[in-house]
Amino acid sequence: MIRLEGLTKRYGSFTAVDGIDLEARKGELFGLLGPNGAGKTSTLRMISGILRPDEGRVTIDGFDVVDDPYRAKARLGYIPDRPFVYEKLTGAELLRFAAGLYGQEGEEIEDRIAELLSLWDLERWADELVESYSHGMRQKLIISSALIHRPRALVIDEPMVGLDPKAAKLLKDLLRAFADSGGCAMISTHTLEFAEVLCDRLAVISGGKIVAHGSMDELRNQAESANSGLEEIFLRLTGGESQRELMKVLAG
Amino acid sequence: MDARSFTSPKPVPVVKAIILLLRPKLLGALGRGERGRTIGKRIPTLLFSGGAAFAFLFFVGTKLLRTLREVPEVGPLLASKLMGLALLLFLGILLLSNLIAALSSFFLAKDLPMVHEAPVDWLALYGARLTETLGSSSWMVLLMVLPVLAAYQAVYGGDVGFYGLAILTLLPYLLIPAALGSAITLILVRAFPARRTRDILAFVSVIAGALLVVGLRVLRPERLVNPEGFRNLVDFLEVLRGPSSPWLPSEWMAQTLVGYLEGTFDPFWLWMLWVTAAAFVAGGAAIHRALYPRGFTRAQEGAESGTRGERAWKILNTALRPLGLERREMILKDSRVFFRDATQWSQLLVLGVLLFVYVYNIRVLPVHSSETMSRFLVSMVVFLNLALAGFILAAVAARFVFPAYSLEGRTLWLLRSSPLKPDIFVWSKYWSGAVPLLVLAVALTALTNQILGVVPGVMALSVISIIAITLALVAQALAWGVAMPRFETGNAAQIPTSVGGMLFMLSALVTLALVLVSQFWALRGYVRSGLPWRETRDPTGVELAIALGATLVITALGGFLPYEVARRKVRAGTV
Repeated sequence: MIRLEGLTKRYGSFTAVDGIDLEARKGELFGLLGPNGAGKTSTLRMISGILRPDEGRVTIDGFDVVDDPYRAKARLGYIPDRPFVYEKLTGAELLRFAAGLYGQEGEEIEDRIAELLSLWDLERWADELVESYSHGMRQKLIISSALIHRPRALVIDEPMVGLDPKAAKLLKDLLRAFADSGGCAMISTHTLEFAEVLCDRLAVISGGKIVAHGSMDELRNQAESANSGLEEIFLRLTGGESQRELMKVLAG
Repeated sequence: MDARSFTSPKPVPVVKAIILLLRPKLLGALGRGERGRTIGKRIPTLLFSGGAAFAFLFFVGTKLLRTLREVPEVGPLLASKLMGLALLLFLGILLLSNLIAALSSFFLAKDLPMVHEAPVDWLALYGARLTETLGSSSWMVLLMVLPVLAAYQAVYGGDVGFYGLAILTLLPYLLIPAALGSAITLILVRAFPARRTRDILAFVSVIAGALLVVGLRVLRPERLVNPEGFRNLVDFLEVLRGPSSPWLPSEWMAQTLVGYLEGTFDPFWLWMLWVTAAAFVAGGAAIHRALYPRGFTRAQEGAESGTRGERAWKILNTALRPLGLERREMILKDSRVFFRDATQWSQLLVLGVLLFVYVYNIRVLPVHSSETMSRFLVSMVVFLNLALAGFILAAVAARFVFPAYSLEGRTLWLLRSSPLKPDIFVWSKYWSGAVPLLVLAVALTALTNQILGVVPGVMALSVISIIAITLALVAQALAWGVAMPRFETGNAAQIPTSVGGMLFMLSALVTLALVLVSQFWALRGYVRSGLPWRETRDPTGVELAIALGATLVITALGGFLPYEVARRKVRAGTV
């Protein structure tokens, strides 16, 4: 469903993403893990068409994001890591605008807006300006805007930031149901517990390259770390173990 | 990590603390741009555009001053008056600019929570933020003042001492509106308990606009070109000799500099400038100490909830239906954001006042006071009118169209990740700006030409020209806005003061100049026929056709090319 082939992104002389090959299949929740600055956000931004890759290609449901952006993007919903939206629109107006960008309007969309706002307990805020929303409420609104056009694939950058425990649980259930119904989501997160519980397959990215990928069992094998949790595997794969030992020394 | 190793920090001297606080801003300003781009790569552009602007203003200034100098008796007096007027105008711009900049640097800047959390001395904070306000609101005025002063020095043959004196007068001249603007903003933030930025900006804009009207009308500039209105020449000369506004720093600066050039330098005016600047900074610091902590807290109060004008949006939605869903949604969104954002709509108030002053001044122009000269004067004023209307449109486009792309800023992800076609995005941005500007342009030109009583052929030429100029200027504003966006600022009023904004103004002025020169050349026979010793006649069809043709070619190129640049830039940025 989401396929990356030799995906590369450079900022000047710095290579943020270095020839990544990955595939997230239909009905699958795919986790993308990695330390800060590993290249996760750049990867997701290239998948969603915000950044243009320097090399390689991205296809969504078979449509190339660069060559056939409209059909590729029409199938995709993107949830960014920071919930920046138009402060001077109301929640309902923002969702209506988002639907309009995907060529959708009318009664069906009005019902969809009501349904999504109700799902996140935001009905009362539907006609309030976004500037009066809390961080978590904005995050919920952005998730709704990504779902408004009923996408077939989702790209999510740090989904849990700002969400309260109830909303976090709801999001997990929502993503599982989305995948079970044939959707596909690629999720970047630092919440390892979330990734371990929810994702069907995972990839660990470090220095712009994939250092390991597969199911939890496959990752354990690749990290030569049998019976370990994801935190242990992650630190081993990304070189964080030495830092942990240093912390122990500093703490005396 | 060991909390036992904590030691109380030593107090940092105020001046050192000010420098420390300003350092990140300075580094940020120097390094601003896309990743991998530094100030070094932009130096040639900056030097070229700055040099071109300087040369243009210097050229116009020296021409004007040389012409005035040749007029016996009145010439030198007019030159002195002119400097006072120019500096007064700049002072008005400075005050308004400082009010808005102070709101941003003292209350809305994103780094303020970090600064407040640190043990920073109040005086250091005041000094740093005042300097920042001064810098961000004065640099553009400084760029305009310097060539004017250089022109005076060149024409009146001042020595190097003139430049020293110019620096000595410029510092307090810039400092006074900065300290005053910051203090007024602080008092306003403190005085509006439950309301927020929105009300303050609206209030500030109205006050500034009103001050400008009052200032211009009090000066009665039309009297200077109409000596017949005075009882006799002695009265006229008396008006020219006396200071226009003896209580304002602009007049003190003019008196100091012109006095030096004429060999009648009086240190009193320089002393007044410095004492006033010192008093304003000290007063501003005292007000800051007393009111700032509470004011800052109030500025953080909750955002507005609820919306108004639901019916108007429904009407607009219906009216835009033929444009198709995506275009309609883009224009509706932009309109909603504009009318709900005080930093944007409040600028309309100032614009309204400026337009009123403009039309009023055209009405009181003494073009019909002398029968024999009226036709020639009217045809000259028609050109001047087109130039001024074009300039106003360029300024309005800089305010409202240039920031359109920058304002999308951090929300661009929503557009770029959607299947919205870049062409539709550019189209929507272009026409959201072009339609209101066209209404303004046509109304302004038709009304003022009506007042001037021009012949129908010239009226038609003016109206078609201003439509073509508007369409070109909107495309240029959009293109420069896309090419040099400022995503990091949330204040729409600050975006046009960037380098990109200045480059747009330059390109707009060049387009205007080309149109005017070509029209003047095509209609030179008609203009000369208005002179008293010639036989008067209306412009011929050929003359009008050449003028119109040249205008359409220039504006088509000046509109199509930038529109294409904007389209390609947006396409390149979007997959």
